[in-house]
Amino acid sequence: MFTWILRRMFQASFVLLAMTVIVFVGVHVIGNPVDILISPEADQAERAKIIAEMGLDQPLWRQYAYFLNGALHGDLGRSFVFNEPALKLIGGRMPATLELAVTAVLMSMCFGIPLGLYAGLKPNGFLGRVIMTGSILGFSLPSFWVGLMLIMVFAVQLGWLPSTGRGETAMLFGVRWSFLTWDGLRHMAMPALNLSLFNISLVLRLTRAGVRENLTMDYVKFARAKGLSPARVIFVHILKNIMIPVTTVLGLELGSTIAFAVVTESVFAWPGMGKLIIDSINVLDRPVIVAYLMMIVLMFITINLVVDILYTMLDPRVRLETKA
Amino acid sequence: MSAISAEETPFRRFVSEFAASKLALFGLFVFVLIALAAIFANWIGPQNPYDLAQLDIMDGRLPPGSKSAAGYTYLLGTDDQGRDMFSGMLFGLRISLAVGVGSALFAACVGTTLGLLAAFFGRRTDAVIMRIVDLQLSFPAILVALMILAVLGKSVMNVVLALVIVEWAGYARNVRAIAMVERKREYIEAATCLALPWRRIMFRHLLPNCLPPLIVIATQQVARAIALEATLSFLGLGVPITEPSLGLLIANGYQYMLSGKYWISFYPGIALLITIVSINLVGDHLRDVLNPRLKR
Repeated sequence: MFTWILRRMFQASFVLLAMTVIVFVGVHVIGNPVDILISPEADQAERAKIIAEMGLDQPLWRQYAYFLNGALHGDLGRSFVFNEPALKLIGGRMPATLELAVTAVLMSMCFGIPLGLYAGLKPNGFLGRVIMTGSILGFSLPSFWVGLMLIMVFAVQLGWLPSTGRGETAMLFGVRWSFLTWDGLRHMAMPALNLSLFNISLVLRLTRAGVRENLTMDYVKFARAKGLSPARVIFVHILKNIMIPVTTVLGLELGSTIAFAVVTESVFAWPGMGKLIIDSINVLDRPVIVAYLMMIVLMFITINLVVDILYTMLDPRVRLETKA
Repeated sequence: MSAISAEETPFRRFVSEFAASKLALFGLFVFVLIALAAIFANWIGPQNPYDLAQLDIMDGRLPPGSKSAAGYTYLLGTDDQGRDMFSGMLFGLRISLAVGVGSALFAACVGTTLGLLAAFFGRRTDAVIMRIVDLQLSFPAILVALMILAVLGKSVMNVVLALVIVEWAGYARNVRAIAMVERKREYIEAATCLALPWRRIMFRHLLPNCLPPLIVIATQQVARAIALEATLSFLGLGVPITEPSLGLLIANGYQYMLSGKYWISFYPGIALLITIVSINLVGDHLRDVLNPRLKR
């Protein structure tokens, strides 16, 4: 077991290293940031000085060596545009993305589970069918367009909610959060709903499938035979069993939700990591692009590793397979 | 079960089963209509949106139904350059469809071949290919596409390439799973006994029997590719401004939406929506028709 975890961690770090090479070499092949960042009026000497300052005159392998050395020390270069350490810049934007993603995941439970329960209990009813058709839309509609429509209806036509930005923030643990103020919550409502639509559909379908499967099981029959009220059977007995797959999937989806926040943040001008990366790609701010990609890759590798290890510990069948 | 007539072929049975669903037929009808509109955009659109001589900047941002200086009506209004939105949409549809269908087909070729190879040879080939597939599928599609486009820069070809790289893994995993089952059947054993070359067994015997589920996956992937392309173009990472797809048209109109000029974003969005939903309607029903497990 222990050697297996070690081997798995070794694999993960190898993947991470391979990703640094791919990302670094890749990013250094696109356009020349010198042309974008240095004013055209600068003379030759000024240009050379700035290029040397940024380390862009070194051969590629040496730039990579510097980069790798820096990465190990938690330094992924300075942003060309903001002239700030790239990691600090991303770290500063991270709370906005995290609160949006976590809110979206919570919202998907609040909406997805009740709707799924209803659709599972009344699969042939009119409303049950409407819910299921709606969930297909949730899977297939491009989320940026749904976001635009939300803005059009609730911000432009009805004027109920603000269309862009984070609104008022309050400090907690030295970080600014939107969810602590009423104005911040109003700003967060639409982006969070937009981001959660896919997850709502997912949770809804999982819950519905779970309800239909569990309804036929013996423990439900027994609970009914004991004379428990239908509400108690559904909300205590069945719901408990459904929550296991739902929480597992949602935990896994948190990573994708953070990645998909790129789209939502761009639509609602939410000042998080995703908006930063899109802006950075457009001005070729390479250290920020590299740092963002590295952070996300690290995050996903960690999530996958933790999930793999947890599964092995929790499910004896997986453990047997790896031993064989 | 219907009586088997002398003329019933698998294809005819498939057609009649597919036609049983009105909704799927409607989806197919709408999609064919959209595809025809995109193909014949030059003749249907009242204006060529890329011909600057036909544009009048004074006509910029006119609401739907306005009259143009040249005398015809802008059915769906104009954008900021004075382009007729209806014509712009038809040309945008053309690019969206070409990118979506093209990348899905290309990814199908790559993914199917690798999936078949993995299932057919097993052992190390299988391990290497499937490890790459697992690795790639552990990252969300948008992130992989974002990474590739951040690295390569924007052009239509790069978007296609990014979509192919995003999608091949899904095909490979599915095709491998199907082929693993088929490989153990007698007809493959018979073909092997005849000492046919492996390429012939793989493509002439194994592949045709993996096709039905593959068609279903391909349909769903076309819809996904179109949606992903639109998303990337909306973010400004997809197609260049000279070849605007629906996603880019929507992005162009976004800034005017807050001032109530909804039509620049709204109509291309509706076109995108109808395209995706119609493909999904067809795909959903195809899955029911082609899935052998659902047959008696």
